[in-house]
Amino acid sequence: MEQLLSLLIGVLVAASVYLMLARNLLRFLFGLILLSNAANLTIFVAGRLTPGAPSIVPDGVDAPIDVVANALPQALVLTAIVIGFGLFAFALILAFRAYQSLGTLNTDEMRVAEPKEQ
Amino acid sequence: MSWYLSLPLIIPFIAAITAFLLRHSALGRWVSIIGSGLGLLASLALMSVVLDAGVLAGQMGNWPAPFGITLVADLLSAVMVLITAITGFAVAIYALGDITERQEKLGYHALFQMLLAGVTGAFLTGDLFNLYVWFEVMLIASFGLLILNGGKEQIDGGVKYVALNLISTILFLTGIGLLYGMTGTLNFADLALKVEDVENQGLLTVVAMMFMVAFGVKAAVFPLFFWLPAAYHTPSFAVSAIFAGLLTKVGVYALIRMFTMVFDHDVSFTHTILLWVACFTMVIGVLGAAAQSDFRKILSFHIISQIGYMILGLALMTPLALVGAVFYLVHHIIVKANLFLIAGVAHKLTGSTEVYKIGGLYKSAPFLAILFLIPAFSLAGFPPLSGFWAKYIIVKATLDIQMWFVAFIALAVGLMTIYSMTKIWAEAFWKPHPDGIEPELKTLQNKTALLLPIAGLAIMTVIIGLNPEPFVQFAERTAAQLLDPSAYITAVLGDAS
Repeated sequence: MEQLLSLLIGVLVAASVYLMLARNLLRFLFGLILLSNAANLTIFVAGRLTPGAPSIVPDGVDAPIDVVANALPQALVLTAIVIGFGLFAFALILAFRAYQSLGTLNTDEMRVAEPKEQ
Repeated sequence: MSWYLSLPLIIPFIAAITAFLLRHSALGRWVSIIGSGLGLLASLALMSVVLDAGVLAGQMGNWPAPFGITLVADLLSAVMVLITAITGFAVAIYALGDITERQEKLGYHALFQMLLAGVTGAFLTGDLFNLYVWFEVMLIASFGLLILNGGKEQIDGGVKYVALNLISTILFLTGIGLLYGMTGTLNFADLALKVEDVENQGLLTVVAMMFMVAFGVKAAVFPLFFWLPAAYHTPSFAVSAIFAGLLTKVGVYALIRMFTMVFDHDVSFTHTILLWVACFTMVIGVLGAAAQSDFRKILSFHIISQIGYMILGLALMTPLALVGAVFYLVHHIIVKANLFLIAGVAHKLTGSTEVYKIGGLYKSAPFLAILFLIPAFSLAGFPPLSGFWAKYIIVKATLDIQMWFVAFIALAVGLMTIYSMTKIWAEAFWKPHPDGIEPELKTLQNKTALLLPIAGLAIMTVIIGLNPEPFVQFAERTAAQLLDPSAYITAVLGDAS
């Protein structure tokens, strides 16, 4: 399972790098969200996978009896997803505003704040 | 839980919420000023406690470390929190004269306080994932401030700033995941103990490099700095001053924290890379500045070159070098924020920041000229100002271990800094204005609000410069704590560990 997910992370990163190298800002953002999902999966896998064992403590005891899945990486991933979602929403709106006011999504033409090319 | 640790965080949050609710009334700006003032008092209190009692640690929600989130203030954290509050207070006052009503209605003051909260949190946290969260708080607030009521330029600069910072954030997150997978902990103090037990030390170095790149983007070191000069000259002057003063320094702080405490297993490899990075950062930054002619663009490139000095202090890893890095950090925040504030006044007086298009400030506004000379000469390292001592300690540290070439670079970059500062001086201050304008300070609206913070920060530069002894002693204690984190670890984990 770990190997499979690791391969998936690799594919996601490769795809995101490909997308981020494009000159179109929107494709860059799609690449970014793939990359952030790859990062989330990395945290998940790095916390070791224990399938079919939810981390629930039965009534009357203080600690789980058997081996259970590590809940911390899941909490981290959850936090990271929420934060990533917020940032991505902002980035999308920014891209939209950039298209409105600059009239292009081509990153080569976005040079308003930079010196003229010689 | 200690109130000393949580108050510097709670105050800006409350101020942010209040300022947001009052954004349509004139009260909002006063909330911001009072909030920053209270934050300053809280961080002064924190500083005095840390000076007396050593490292202060508090467990949030009373979960014992390393399971819960820990807030820790050692000397480095405390001084960074204090300097954040000082800069924040100065810029909050300056904002009275710089921020338009439209920006206030869009929530400038709330975002500003949120930024201060994020920066303070990043300095105070003792947990790696929590550091990531504070980075995000800081980032989203800075995104908002950067493009608030922005036109084409702000949006254009914003896109680059957002894009590159998001990539660095994701890299940071991946590094956290991998480090957690290897050590099973995210607490700095616990990490410092557990990294020694990691079987595959080579893999640890790989993760260390991921952190170096992630924090390197934030700190704007070579070759990861491109977002900074693309964005820092576009927003309001108050915003760019707080950015210039604080944001990159959070990256430097994170580098210092991680590479003295956690990643000190392979110093000869990681810190050699840092050394090269530092040298290139200094040189490229100062050369970039020489090519610019916009007041703020020159200053932006100088941020990069000055970051190089701080990284150099970290890279050498000797006690004296770390003293230099800490001293430099504090000196730089004051001076850099001040120069951006002065750029704002110069812009209001002359109508532009393009130095070839303005002039005459020395003749018509000599007071501003003096205020500019102090931080500018301090930046370049003239005695007796604070920058001289900062550079002196760093250069002395390189000479002590016979790194002649590095010392030469550090000195040469200082010389080049004078060139840029002289360019601003000669063009903006000395030569007459090309359009014949004679801008006088009398005509300035909200004169007090604009000049008071500048004068205050300039006085601090002079005080540090004329009386460096207590500050150097403080930096020595800080560096000693960084090199021997046992007090930090004991404060966080208790004596049992």
